[in-house]
Amino acid sequence: MEMLTQILISAISSGTPLLIAVLGGILIERSGITQLGAEGLMLMGAVISCLMFIHTGSLALTLLCVLAVSGVLGLLHGFLCVTLHANQVVCGLAMTIFGAGLSAYLGKPVSGKPLAGAVPKLDLPWLEPVPLLGNIFAHLDLFTWFSFVLVIAMHLFIHRTSWGLHLRAVGDNPATADVMGIPVIAIRYACIVIGSMLIGIGGADLLLVYTPTWNEGMTSGRGWIAVALIIFARWNPIRALLCAYFFGVLDSLGFRVQLIGSHIPSYFLKMIPYVVTILVLMFLGWRNRNKPSGAPEALGVPYIREQRF
Amino acid sequence: MSEQQTAGALPVDNKAVKRETSFRMPYRLEIDPTGRDSPWWVTLAAIILALIACGIFISLNGMNPIAVYGKMLNGAFGSTFGLTETLVKAIPLLLCGIGVSFAYRISVWNIGAEGQFLAGAMAATAITVYFPHLPMYVSIPVMLLASMAAGGVWGLLTAIPKTFFQVNELITSLMLNYVALLALNYAVFGPWKDPKGFNFPGSPMFTAAQSLPTWGTSRLHLGIIFAVAALLLYAFVIRYTRYGYELRLIGANAEAARHAGIRISKHVLIVMMISGALAGLAGMSEVSGVAHRLMYGISPGYGYTAIIVAWLAKLNPLSLVVSSVLFGGLIVGGYSVQTIGLPSSTSSMIQGAILFFLIAGGMAGKFRIRSNR
Repeated sequence: MEMLTQILISAISSGTPLLIAVLGGILIERSGITQLGAEGLMLMGAVISCLMFIHTGSLALTLLCVLAVSGVLGLLHGFLCVTLHANQVVCGLAMTIFGAGLSAYLGKPVSGKPLAGAVPKLDLPWLEPVPLLGNIFAHLDLFTWFSFVLVIAMHLFIHRTSWGLHLRAVGDNPATADVMGIPVIAIRYACIVIGSMLIGIGGADLLLVYTPTWNEGMTSGRGWIAVALIIFARWNPIRALLCAYFFGVLDSLGFRVQLIGSHIPSYFLKMIPYVVTILVLMFLGWRNRNKPSGAPEALGVPYIREQRF
Repeated sequence: MSEQQTAGALPVDNKAVKRETSFRMPYRLEIDPTGRDSPWWVTLAAIILALIACGIFISLNGMNPIAVYGKMLNGAFGSTFGLTETLVKAIPLLLCGIGVSFAYRISVWNIGAEGQFLAGAMAATAITVYFPHLPMYVSIPVMLLASMAAGGVWGLLTAIPKTFFQVNELITSLMLNYVALLALNYAVFGPWKDPKGFNFPGSPMFTAAQSLPTWGTSRLHLGIIFAVAALLLYAFVIRYTRYGYELRLIGANAEAARHAGIRISKHVLIVMMISGALAGLAGMSEVSGVAHRLMYGISPGYGYTAIIVAWLAKLNPLSLVVSSVLFGGLIVGGYSVQTIGLPSSTSSMIQGAILFFLIAGGMAGKFRIRSNR
């Protein structure tokens, strides 16, 4: 029982940044735009939250700033991919390279400074006596609660509302959606901007809650794992929750095995999430070799009105 | 005009009406799907705009961007030492850049050059660690082959999931970068650590027989010959061989190539192997020619910069030389601004911005301005 609680807690704490980023990615990709810049956006979200929190000490101001910066970066991605019809893969790469460079540049002065207790915890004393649930849910931080709400909200939005139907139409067949009078360009822009903001918040969560110290390249590939998780989750928010927590466990496995007193070098334990990502993707690819992947059908194809295919 | 507007009356003058209506949409933008590559000045404009954009960030830091850029330029190209250092940095960039260009030719997005570089560097070091007393004419060729094999295998690890399991190569190649980096850190902090190195995270120094010869007193090493040879081979293969023709065909239209009987999956495997082998060779030339040991942080992101190098050159062999020297200079310039209190990541920020503006500029060539009349 103790062990199970511990594993669940570590799954939630290290899975939440991934979860928020994956949800942002799902929103963007549902509208038919490939999002490969998650690593850069998370790094930018992390560095901005570190800088702003050190300078202002206000969580609300910090989050506003993160939203603004990642929103502007999302707008840039949207301008290149939607308006200029640029190659979305290269565009995402550019976002990652630019985000990594800019965050390293901006974060140099605050590198290595600890910053604990930035996010208040939501204490629920009445939940404590409940077995299992009490230990897990009684002292969660605000970001984690936000991510729970977000999963449900996004699931309902995508699958139960007419706006979600429009979104799926735009992602699957923008030309038909356009004929039906759905504003394709506006929906794509809105999804990219809001999704990028969420990915930025994922980075902020990583810095403010999970590892509260800025270091150059601190996400160490979590953005890319988030991109892979979009595929595992098959563009579905509820599955995203399970996948993100599964990777949360893998992520914290390294610490855990060392605590037990194993002699495996930590470098090999840290490889686990990356290797498992590749293996799971290979397994999924093999199992779904004759089935549709669940990806939006127009994913990665720029929509040009009046263009014949 | 203003009189009419303030009065709010109907326009009396016919000319004014005509001018107003014609002002609304005199031209329209059209996308030409068959559009050619953007002209050279678009690339130049992209670089200048990226410098201006980064200049804003630099001035936010309280520095004069022009002075900073001057310092970078001077550091990279202003002296013989700076020039040779720039060339030294251009060697791995050119090798990795040729490697990823091969892959990008057929739209295989290899972003794993960094991991393939590290795999090659590790393989070359393994030879020096486990066979320390080989004579030079044996050790250098063996290190070469080992590094290319290791890089090639690292590339295949991306290509096999892609061809047989429909796994996106972007994710695999990037995950493998982290795996290679962790393996390298394990090696230099663990079993390969120099016992006489005062806890420095690096392998023992290579002997003279394990090091590539250099020119005179500079750090310019034999690797430049490898890079030039690889470049000539790349240009020859793409332009004059059947294999290169097939690659160009896949790049132009994969669907048509498939119907023409070209087996794309075979090409993906071979191309990723070549791509990885070239990056592995870059890793070997860097450890054996420059650092003379495997150490922590051996690559300042050569594999990632190579992506921009290839994209800037539009995969064209001659332009690859220009862009790798340019970015080599940018890395050296990044080191030189550290003396005035800016981090060396300034150069990676500029690199990312250049890529952004290149993409926007690259699409500019596809837009045509048409008159509506």
